[in-house]
Amino acid sequence: MTREEIRGEVLEILKDIAPDEDLSNLDDKASFREQMELDSMDFLDIVMELRKRHRVQVPEDDYVELASMESTVNYLEPLMKDIQKV
Amino acid sequence: MAMECATLGPMPKDFLKNAQSRYDVVVIGSGLAGLTAANVLARQGRSVLLLEQHYKLGGMATWFKRPGGHIFDISLHGFPYGMVKSCRRYWSKEIADSIVQLDGVRFDNPMFSLQTSFTREDFTKKLIENFKLAPEQVHAFFDKARGMNFYDDQQTTTRELFDEFFPGREDVIRLLMEPITYANGSTLEDPAISYGIVFSNFMSKGVFTFRGGTDKLIGQMTEVLQESGVDVCIRCDVTKINLNHGKVASVEVNGRTIECDAIVSNANLRATIFNLVGEEKFDRGFIDDARAVRLNNSSTQVYMAMREDESLDVNELGDLLFSSTAPTFQTEALLSRDITSRTYSFYYPKVRPEGQPRHLIVSSTNARHEDWADLPDDDYEASKKDLCETTLDALDKYVPNVRERLVHIEASTPRTFQHYTAHIAGASFGTKFEGLAVSRALPQQITGLYHAGSVGIIMSGWLGAMNYGVIVANEVDNQLMTGGSASTTGFEKTVAGEVAS
Repeated sequence: MTREEIRGEVLEILKDIAPDEDLSNLDDKASFREQMELDSMDFLDIVMELRKRHRVQVPEDDYVELASMESTVNYLEPLMKDIQKV
Repeated sequence: MAMECATLGPMPKDFLKNAQSRYDVVVIGSGLAGLTAANVLARQGRSVLLLEQHYKLGGMATWFKRPGGHIFDISLHGFPYGMVKSCRRYWSKEIADSIVQLDGVRFDNPMFSLQTSFTREDFTKKLIENFKLAPEQVHAFFDKARGMNFYDDQQTTTRELFDEFFPGREDVIRLLMEPITYANGSTLEDPAISYGIVFSNFMSKGVFTFRGGTDKLIGQMTEVLQESGVDVCIRCDVTKINLNHGKVASVEVNGRTIECDAIVSNANLRATIFNLVGEEKFDRGFIDDARAVRLNNSSTQVYMAMREDESLDVNELGDLLFSSTAPTFQTEALLSRDITSRTYSFYYPKVRPEGQPRHLIVSSTNARHEDWADLPDDDYEASKKDLCETTLDALDKYVPNVRERLVHIEASTPRTFQHYTAHIAGASFGTKFEGLAVSRALPQQITGLYHAGSVGIIMSGWLGAMNYGVIVANEVDNQLMTGGSASTTGFEKTVAGEVAS
């Protein structure tokens, strides 16, 4: 997947986790928590969805990489570059 | 489901008949933690078998029926708003949509009498206007409680926290503590952080209940489990967890051995370690820690159904009434057989709008198992009767002539809770604080073995148990995929600090 495709996948997961949030103006550089009401259970859900949908495993020590959209895509790019978008 | 055995005739039914010989995960116990872990793991694509020893799913989230259309809930009223999100995420929108706020919570004791919406806003108002506290003192307390998390100092007790903010104010302590004791059995001697975390959760938006009752909730959850592909078997009491080279291999249940790669035990933590696995399978230090885990107390309850032509007024009584005749709030008095404090849950037709319009009252009191365990049968029956009579005496103040207005009354004791949940000593709130660390450490001792359920106070109550089920399901899913790192303990501590109870 390209960076843009990975971003789209993360956005899909966020939409499912926070259905009441408007994500159309998401600032990729700012942290998710600054822009949406996310608690740590929500981040757990992101990790579980990545594992379920893309078989990407995010170890606990790396959870901090999921702070913003940009950092998440940076982190996932090497892990997902060989995955074909369905 | 409950009655099907009555018509089966001489051959015992094989409740495991549809179970496969092997699963990715076996979940032992169907309390809210076990149910939720099973559902989340099945949705992650795992094959899951859920085994429940009782004939009903739900654990302490349960109910029973009596002739005349009366349905008694055991633990329904009063969970925090966080249940809406957890039910929507981990169950279904339909389940989340049935969660409604309680109208009111009342307090009545020798120190004060008041009614509140049980929100931070209303509590702040009451503390300033009724209790004459300085606003900055109240705000500072709420902020302190809100800011507490799992990493903080665990030595400070709840009593010390109160003494810091409200020295000499036993009335304020009572207002702040009584509902939490009802919710999770915690006391002034428990760590302040467990109080602060749980209290802040409740204070965010008030207290809630499930419209339709516990029977509807568990019924809907059972449907969702089926959609998710979980195999569910009731009347299946797991007697042993078998290991192979320090790793989970199978469970023994109803005379069968079912293989699995992981087990989530929603059984009592100590029963899991000492009865299902056996202490010889663990490190000595771990066993010492496990032995030191104190079980939380048990309860007594008295269930009363009003006559069909009788009704109760929610505006007068509220949904929950914390009543006490004790001069001050004390842990010893709360647990004593000489009951001075009772929490009444009033159930109005609004709780079950689709059912028959019934009014019911459930009186709950914390209790010690040892005070009831060894009573000879005659004494036990007499004590139960006495519990009913003294409850009616106390209730008469709020529901005048209550004796003449009832059609049904019965009591449950710590022995009742032990009988139905199979929890050691009938513990109705899991374990004290130290239980959480032991629960978390289980997979480091035995690969593939996990525990989820009410532990450590902060992971108890309906929301705490449900979210702990999710946290553990994530760990199990992680282990099944990687076969490697079995624990994400640090992160879950963060979660524990945010989402408990």
